[in-house]
Parts: sequence; structure tokens; C-alpha cells
Amino acid sequence: MSLDPITLTVIQAGLQQVCDEMDLSFSRAAFSPVIAEANDRSDGIYAAEDGALIAQGAGGLPVFVGTMQYSTRTLIRMIDEGKAAKPKPGDIYIVNDPYLGGTHLMDVRFARPFYRNGKLFCWLSNTGHWPDTGGVVPGGFSASATAVEQEGLRLPPVRLFKEGVLDEEIFAIISSNIRVADQRIGDVKAQAAALLVGEKRLNELLDRYGDAAVSEAISELRKRAAIQMRAFISDIADGQYTSSAWIDSDGVINDPLEIRLRITKNGDTLVFDFAGSSPPCQGPMNSVQATTYSAVYLAMRHIFPEVPMSAGAFEPLKITGIAGTFLDAQYPRPVSGCAAEVSQRIAEAVFAALVPALPDRVTAAPAGTSGNFALGGHDPQRGRDFVMYQISGGGYGGNADHDGLSNGCSTIGISKAPPVEIMEQAFPVLYHRYALHEGSGGAGLHRGGFGLDYEVELRRGAAKASFVMDHGRFGPQGVLGGKDGGVNTVTVYRDGAPYTPEHLSKEQDIPLGPGDRVHVRTPGGGGYGDPFERSVDDVRNDVRLGRYTPEQARDLFGVEFTGSPPEVDSRATARLRGKA
Amino acid sequence: MGESSRAVVGVDVGGTFTDLVALDQTTGQVKLAKVPSTLDNQAFGVLNALKAAECDLAALDLIVHGTTTTTNAVLERKLAKTGLITTAGFRDILELGRRTRPQPYGMKGEFQPLIPRDLRLEVPERMDCDGKVVTALDEDAVRDAGRQLLDMGCESVVIHYLHAYANPDHERRSADILRTFWPNDHITMGHALLSESREFERGVTAAANAAVQPLLDRYIRRLVSELGANGYDGDVLVMNGNGGMVSSSRVALEAAKTVMSGPASGVMAAAYVGRKAGQGNLITYDMGGTSTDVALIRNAEPSVSNEIEVEYAMPIHVPMVDVRTVGAGGGSISRVNPAGLLEVGPESAGATPGPICYGLGGTEPTISDANLLLGRLDPARLNSVKGGVTLEQVKDIFADRLGSKLGLSPTEAAEAVIRIANTKMAGAIRMVSISLGADPRDFALFAFGGAGPSHACALARELGIPRVLIPSRPGITNAIGCVVADLRHDFVRTINTPLNALDPSHLHGIFADQAKQGELVISKENIAISEVRHLYSVDMQFVGQTHLLRVPLERPDIDLDTLQSLFEAAYFDRFHVALDNIRANVVNVNCSIIGTRAALDLSVLLDPALRKSTLDEAQIGTRPVFFAGTWVNTPIFQREHLPIGFALDGPAILQQMDTTILIEPGDHAQGDADGNIIVRIGDIS
Repeated sequence: MSLDPITLTVIQAGLQQVCDEMDLSFSRAAFSPVIAEANDRSDGIYAAEDGALIAQGAGGLPVFVGTMQYSTRTLIRMIDEGKAAKPKPGDIYIVNDPYLGGTHLMDVRFARPFYRNGKLFCWLSNTGHWPDTGGVVPGGFSASATAVEQEGLRLPPVRLFKEGVLDEEIFAIISSNIRVADQRIGDVKAQAAALLVGEKRLNELLDRYGDAAVSEAISELRKRAAIQMRAFISDIADGQYTSSAWIDSDGVINDPLEIRLRITKNGDTLVFDFAGSSPPCQGPMNSVQATTYSAVYLAMRHIFPEVPMSAGAFEPLKITGIAGTFLDAQYPRPVSGCAAEVSQRIAEAVFAALVPALPDRVTAAPAGTSGNFALGGHDPQRGRDFVMYQISGGGYGGNADHDGLSNGCSTIGISKAPPVEIMEQAFPVLYHRYALHEGSGGAGLHRGGFGLDYEVELRRGAAKASFVMDHGRFGPQGVLGGKDGGVNTVTVYRDGAPYTPEHLSKEQDIPLGPGDRVHVRTPGGGGYGDPFERSVDDVRNDVRLGRYTPEQARDLFGVEFTGSPPEVDSRATARLRGKA
Repeated sequence: MGESSRAVVGVDVGGTFTDLVALDQTTGQVKLAKVPSTLDNQAFGVLNALKAAECDLAALDLIVHGTTTTTNAVLERKLAKTGLITTAGFRDILELGRRTRPQPYGMKGEFQPLIPRDLRLEVPERMDCDGKVVTALDEDAVRDAGRQLLDMGCESVVIHYLHAYANPDHERRSADILRTFWPNDHITMGHALLSESREFERGVTAAANAAVQPLLDRYIRRLVSELGANGYDGDVLVMNGNGGMVSSSRVALEAAKTVMSGPASGVMAAAYVGRKAGQGNLITYDMGGTSTDVALIRNAEPSVSNEIEVEYAMPIHVPMVDVRTVGAGGGSISRVNPAGLLEVGPESAGATPGPICYGLGGTEPTISDANLLLGRLDPARLNSVKGGVTLEQVKDIFADRLGSKLGLSPTEAAEAVIRIANTKMAGAIRMVSISLGADPRDFALFAFGGAGPSHACALARELGIPRVLIPSRPGITNAIGCVVADLRHDFVRTINTPLNALDPSHLHGIFADQAKQGELVISKENIAISEVRHLYSVDMQFVGQTHLLRVPLERPDIDLDTLQSLFEAAYFDRFHVALDNIRANVVNVNCSIIGTRAALDLSVLLDPALRKSTLDEAQIGTRPVFFAGTWVNTPIFQREHLPIGFALDGPAILQQMDTTILIEPGDHAQGDADGNIIVRIGDIS
């Protein structure tokens, strides 16, 4: 190697900076709150020859950690095969096809070829979650779709910008097929402008260090990331680590779906074998290959955040056994649940399998659902239709260091929840409660965090409620003797009468009238370690703060309380804990 | 006091040191002191500093004080016992936050709310988003909740109801009820500090205020009485996070505004020095032992934000100077990662044990140690360290931890540490700058803090910044900020109205009201000021967008067409995206009223008696310093000895009590009349 390690580090920081500036530019200029507020987007640099990930913005949505290298790779292949147009400088391809290296249809990817001295040097690409891409329900999360066409408009890679100019005809087709189209031009321009920022900054980097040095650094950094990941893997004991994780149902057939995982650690590689997982399902809880791979990568990145995002980091990770399962769905299987739900369950399976191998690093299962409640209807007072989303967090898993965090965002997300006051300003609803889901933290030496408990009323007009959630049937897994976290519950009160969806966590179009209410409780995190080992002081504190009832404390933690206010009965506690 | 306020003391309590500058405008005499902070009761440190500077308290006219009392209380959760009374169904808002985790990767993290769950009580009441009553206030429940909180030992209380920004009646009525029996003034209404929607942010802001109010109140009372007992009979002004001062008698009312007081004063000093030096556009770069802070100053006005998060899930949404932490400072630890690449930070040796060269038992190679090995810091100073560290010991650690793994000599490893650290810091500074819509190349770098001036020239080169400005006293800039700070009051009104539905006279009316309120408060503060300035701005967005863009206005009587075009221009400037068919929204109407104090003569900060008439006389020696792979015999100057208006070419090292300034080869340094140093960066200017 001719590059010294210091220049290598400096170029690495430079490439990272290019991506971070693209992320910043995209979020700040975007209209869609999903991008601007929730940061449901990602930007990166990909290799010219195979689309391999060179660098990606640090603040991108975790689920996109591996997907864009697949979509870029697919685009390169299609160009080579003559199935997509040949690139010219200034072009930007648009694509959202899930089966061509994507996630769900709402994640729209742009890719821009980057040229140096007339030669393709690399690709700049970004993904942004559009609020709508057409389909049977606003927003695209249909709980009961049975084919991808019901989920929205599917775009193969076509050049939306040709030599720097927006193709108005393609854009007209898109905007005629999506809801709230008038604001999308703002997002399209923001997404394209971010790639321009990247182009400018990358040119500056190349001018400064020279094309040859940067090229060499890119391939060396890829090797180094692989070395770093292999070093971490080597510390794991050789052997096999297995787990299962369960999805309540696919939304159409009320049977659980299983992710079966066997991880084989051998030397400095990990093989993730998903053979034996459930077959493709009828409803939208299928995953596509790129999302499945990305879910494994993001889980590993949660475990080893020190390893930089680079194709090299993924090299020691082999994924097998997905063919023929719901983790590698083919056209026209519906896939809207892949990014928001299935990917999180894949991560849960990875965590559950690796806890015994890496007990200091890996946590018990987090809530692991995006908790998507959509309410669409008509507001007579304002004379307009509306679609409201309440995306909810839940408890995180207990871990070696401490209890799990309460109301954290999804494993694959980094977004903030909208305030109740903003929701009530925007939509004809009134919240009656927005509180801690008491008792939901999975018991353990370090307990899981608590989920959210909210109840919301439709004030006027008529609307339909839809739910795409999970962990209604099985709570997030406890580990090393810890108990599972509390399950997700949905109750709809129509004319005061409670109704529970047949699939517990999924249902489409439940009609609501004024005064009807929706009550949701999201999952708590799994517990870590034996709950009877939890310190009595910590249990006393949890009871004092109303997080568990005295009865729960006795049953889950073996701590007996008497009287009011409840006091710990030390002798009964010792007896319960078998230490009398 | 008026015109007589000529003898002024600025005293800033930082995490490690309490700094003081005493300035007598009549005699031109300056006294400085740096003493250890006494964090349990900061008043001792303040008195020690006054003693160390031999200040005659009876002869002082004004003391301006920057304090970390409330900062530490919030960050360490050493708070007054505080209760919350809130809307039924919503007591957990403060604990649930906005559904976040501390970092994108790693599913760990903890969060401790400011008020524990058992002290958060609910009462029946509810407003809707238009401020209409949905459920009437249950006054008996308020009374019961208040009594219960008192019984549980609460000293302070927050009343925080949903949509109180739209209609504060229930909060006001509840406060009236509590006042009939609450034993003190520590009652904070949620809408009082921040009258904007977003219940978590408003609630945390109010809770932070309530939870630090009794502490600040007690501290200030004690300080004032101790000062009084020592003969001082003037007022004590306290720095707010917005960079303005407020009288000790009023400061505890809005205690949350002092939470970022320390960093703000340094930025105010920078703005003041920059304005006098004709450098209105500055990026401030404050590198100390444990943190590196950055802020942006445009046209001599520091960037102020209402949306600061002082730590994870701790938004305190009152106007504060927008200071961002970009690194861990001189104590940042360097290591070689398993991929064989050198990393600097984020781990820090902190203040204890600190870098190896502190001699307090540090064994990890840090930025400060690297500067020492490269000759940038004076190796002779190791002799004064109590632990008795030798240069050889530092070298051995660099060889063992870094050099052997990278195939570099200890010196080369040290240079690599500095290069990587500067690259990372420059990247972070650039991100701060562009996130505020500014290209760093249009700014000068204002370097202060103990370690800032050693890195500033390299950083400027990396960022394409043509000029570095180093003030006369980089190590006590915060205390100087206290001395020069203005009176300042900020007003924000949320109107959230589409531009085409806005009545211009309504806008003008709001500005006029805000100006009147601010002028009234300033007149009551009874401090001599030379002029009153008004800063007008609106926060705007395109309809459908969530991010706000601040549009500064030259005058308040603006028409709507001009406003639209100013916004579009600002938008294009920031995002390089033109959107002409989408309507604009006016979200916030802002006015800041600033009482400017009489100008100070800054040249006295460096004792004129020490000044020599030639550069040669100011030079105290030479020493080898490592630049770009070779040792260069570099002249060392005593900063205080430099003649006014000196000029020299790098490489050079300028030493002074509170910092070391590194002028790199190719750079050109020049002194100005106020004692500042302006460095022209070779390759850029």
C-alpha cells in the first residue's frame, strides 16, 4: 500500500463528510415531514463497478444501511443488460421497485452517476420515504393487500432527470398517481439537490487528494472495515447460535410467521441461515432480499457500532437459506410490511441468537414494531379529507448495563414522534391519554423499558382506522432468564362497545364515528437476566412509581409488598426468592 | 449607578476554573484572576477570585456573573424537589419524550426525567387546540394536588396543561389557587417561558425552570449577601443563555434561561471584540480541556436559537446563543482501532486524570500530549506538574500505544493525532456552519479557550477560512464576555399564518408591542446604556414544510411582497432550490431588544507596562517545533511583550499565561490596537 494510514483516515473522514452533508441538505429542504422531521432518508456513495457501499451518512435511517448497494448493483446490471437506459452526466434515475433491491414502494431511490474526466467514477444515491405513492390506502401501508399493485405505483429505474433537466412527462405520470402530489415537487427537488451537494463536495475531495489516492483509499478502507468486523467476530466462541422470532400474522391469514435463524460462527465469519422460516405469505408481511440483508446488517451495526458503514463490514457476514421463504418474496407478493415490521423481527432474531455469545453487547428484544395506526376520513369543519398517522415506539430490552429505555423509536428508525398538540391541531381528534404502558417492561435483573399507552377520540365526521403493528401475540423476547415484554394491544370503542381486531395487531378500515375511540398499548422491552436477582430497592422504586402493581412485583420479581402505601415485606420476599 | 459604573468585574464560573477580570475604566487598571471553581457553592470561588485579584469591593460599581449553577444541576440531576400538576392522562409526557434513543446505533441508553413519576399528579381539565374548554378545571383537585405535593416535600411546582399556549386560563387559575397556600414563589406555569405548542418541549422547559429556581434563588441570595458583607453595595447582574444580562433580583424568575450561561458569555465577548476589530462575521472556536464549542456570529450578532437540547431528550426552548459542542477538547484520547486506523476521541481523559502531561495519573495519549511532543506546548512546563511526568514517559506511551501499531515514530504519531483531530474538528465545524446556512469561508475564526489558539491556524486552513482572530485573553474570554455583555430581552410570538392571509398591520403591531415591552424592562433595570437596538426577524416556511428558516428584517414596517421575496431569496441561498409556486407561512414573529453598554477599552487587558517596543525584545527564545515532518527552530515570544501593531511571519509560538498560540509556517500574524492578533492564513488569503 502506498497510502499512509493517516492520509487514509483523512480521506475516510472526507468521504463521510460528503455523505453527512447530503443527508443534511436533503432533510433541511424536504417537504415531507417523514423526511424533514423523521429523517426517513439516507444518502451514500457506491462503487461504479458493482454498487458496493463506499460510505453512507451517519444520520441515515438504519434500515437503509444495506439496501442502496443492492439497488445500485441492480441498476448497474440492468444498464449492462440493456434493460435500463445508459447513463449520461447529469442524469438521475428514480426507482422504487421492491424486487430490484428495495424496501417498500414508499422508499423512493434516486441514483446519479458521478463522472471524473469523462469516466464513471462512482454512484451517488439516496432514498427518501415519500408520504404516498398511490395504492389502495393513503400512505401505502395496507394491512390486507394481497398484491404489490394494491400498494402503490411501482417505478423501474428510469431517468427522471436527463442531463440535469427534470423530465416533466415522467413526473406528470408519477404525480397523477400519488396523493398530495402538489408538494412532491419540493421533495423531488430536495432529493436531487442533495445529490448535487454530494457531487460538488466529492469533486473537491478528489481535487485535493487526487483521483488515484482516493480510489486507493476506497479499496483499502473496504479491506480495513472487513478486518475490523472480522476482529470483532473472532472474539465470539465458535459454534452455532439459534433463535426464532415470530410475527403475529400477515394481516390476511391469521397464523403466525416464523423467522428461524441459525448463526454459525467459524473463525472470523458469521453465517446467518434462515432455512426453515415460513413460506411467502398472502398479506403484506413479506420481505424482499435487499431488506432482509439490510436487516441483518443493521442488527450487526447495533451490536458493533464502531465498524464504519462500508461494503467491507458486510463481507464476513454470509446470509443463506432465504430462498422460498417470506424473507425473499418475489413479484407480485405484497411487501409494505417489510421495512417497518419484518426487518425489525429479523433484527430481533439476530439479537436473540447472539445474546449468549455477546452478553455484554446485545440487549434483550426491543419493542420492534413501528406501531402504525392510520386514521383516514373527512373533517366536516374544515371541509377536507385527512390522513393521520400515529407511529409509536415501545420499550427497549434490558441489557448488561442497565434497564431498557422506555418509549424508544423502532429498531430500524431514528425519528421523533409528533407531539399530541400538533396532532390535535392537524386532525379532528382528541387524545384522552398519552402515558407509560404500565407493567409492560419484561421482568429481569435489568427489566425492559415500558411501552406507550394512548387513547384517542374522533371528534367529528367519519373516518376509518387501520393498524399495521406487531407483537400482539408474542411479547418482545426476554433473555438469559428474563421475561418477555408486554404485548401490543389494540381496542376500538365504537358507540362505547369494545372491539378487538381478529389479528390483534393488524386490521384495515374499521369505521369510526364521532365519539368513537382507539386505545393502543405498545410493547415493552424484554427483560435481561433472572428477575429474582433484581435488587429489592429497584423493585421497590418501580412499585413506588406505579410502573408495576404490588401483585406484579410479587409474581414477576418475587418481592412481597404489604399495606398502603405498599412496603416491602422482607421475610416474605426472601421466602418467595427461595432465600429464607 | 448610571455614569458612575466605571469599575466593573466580570466573573465566570466554569467547570474547572473561576475566572475574573476587573476593569477600572477611570484608571485603565485591569486585574485578572483564575482560581479553582468551588462547585458545591460557587460563591466561595467568586469571593476567592475577588480576593486573588485584590479587588476593593467597596469601590466596585458593578459585578456581572456567569454561573454554571443551573447547568450542573440539570446535567447531574441535582435538582430541587419539584412537583408537576398536569392534565389528566398526560403525567408521563416528561418521561416519554419524543420517542427517541441517544444514538442511531446501539439499542442502549438511559433517561431520567426531571420530575419523578410519583411527583407528577393529574387533575381533570382540558383545552382543545383552539383554546376552547373541553373539560372544566377541577379546582378542588388542584388544591388537593398542591397539598399532596407539599406533603411529599416539594419546594417547587410546575403547572403544565395541554394547549395552554392557546388558552392559559386554567394554568393561571391553578397558579392563583396554589399561591394561596404555597410557601414560596416557586410556581412555574408551563406557558410562561414558552408559549408554543409541543407539550414535551414546553413541559421540560417549565420543569427545568422550576427544578433549578430554588437553587439559583438561594445561590444568588447567598452571593449577594456575602458580597454585601464584604462591602459591595452594587447590583449583581447574571448572564443569561441568550448572552444578555439580567438583574439578580429578577434572574431566578426565569431560571431556565441561565442554563447555558457560560458558553454564551464567551460568544458575546467574541461578538464584541469582532465588532470593534471590524470582523463582524465569526465562527467562534472554544477549545478547552474537556470540550470544544462552536458558534456562529453574523454581523456581530451571535446566532440565537429557541430550540436547544442541552443533552439527550432535554430541550430547553428559551432563546439561547446557539453553541454546539463538536469535540472533547485537549483531553481527547487517541487510539489505533482494530482496522489499524488512528482514532481521536470521542473518549476523553476529562479533567481528571486528564492528559498524561497533567501528571495526575493519565496514561492515555491525548491531543494535549501530542502538542507537547511536537514542541507546540512548552515542555519546560512539565517541571511544574506535581506528578513529575517526563517528556520521555509521554514519548514512550505514544510509541507503545500508537507508533508501534502505525509504523511511526512517537513524534510522527503525535503529528498524526493532531492531523486527524483537526480534520474531524474541521468537519464538525463545517457541519455546524452549513446547518445554519453559512459557508465557513465567509467567516473569520475566533479562537479562544486554553487550547483553541494552538489549533486555529490549521483548522482555518482546513476549512478555507482566510483569517483567524485571537483575542488578548483567550483563556478568560468568558469572564470578559460578562464585562462587555449587553442587556437583552427576546420576544417570540407564534402566529402560524399563511403569508397571503396575513394582515401587515397585525405584524407591525406585534413588533411594536414587543419593542415596547422590551424597552420597559430595560428601563427598569437601571443600568447605564449607550443605545437601544432592535433586532427583528420572522421564522418562515413553505406551506407543508416543517423546518423553519429565519428571515432577518432590517425594519419592522415591512410589506408582504418584500417579505415573500426575502424569504424566497433566503431559501434559495440556503438550499439552492427555487420554489415559486408554493405559498409561504409566517410561523414566528421575533423581536430582540438590546441595551448596548458603553464601549470598553480592550487594549488595557494586556498590561501596557509590559509592552516592548520591538519584536526582538519580545522574543524569549527558540525551540524546535515539528511541522510537516521536520523539526523547525521556532522563535518563542511572550505575548504580553509584543508591541502594539507588531507583524511577524510563521512559524512562531506566542506564549501567555492562559494559552499558547501557534502561528504555522506560511501564516502571517499582526497585532491590532486592541491587543488582538489577526492571522492571515497563507494558502487562502
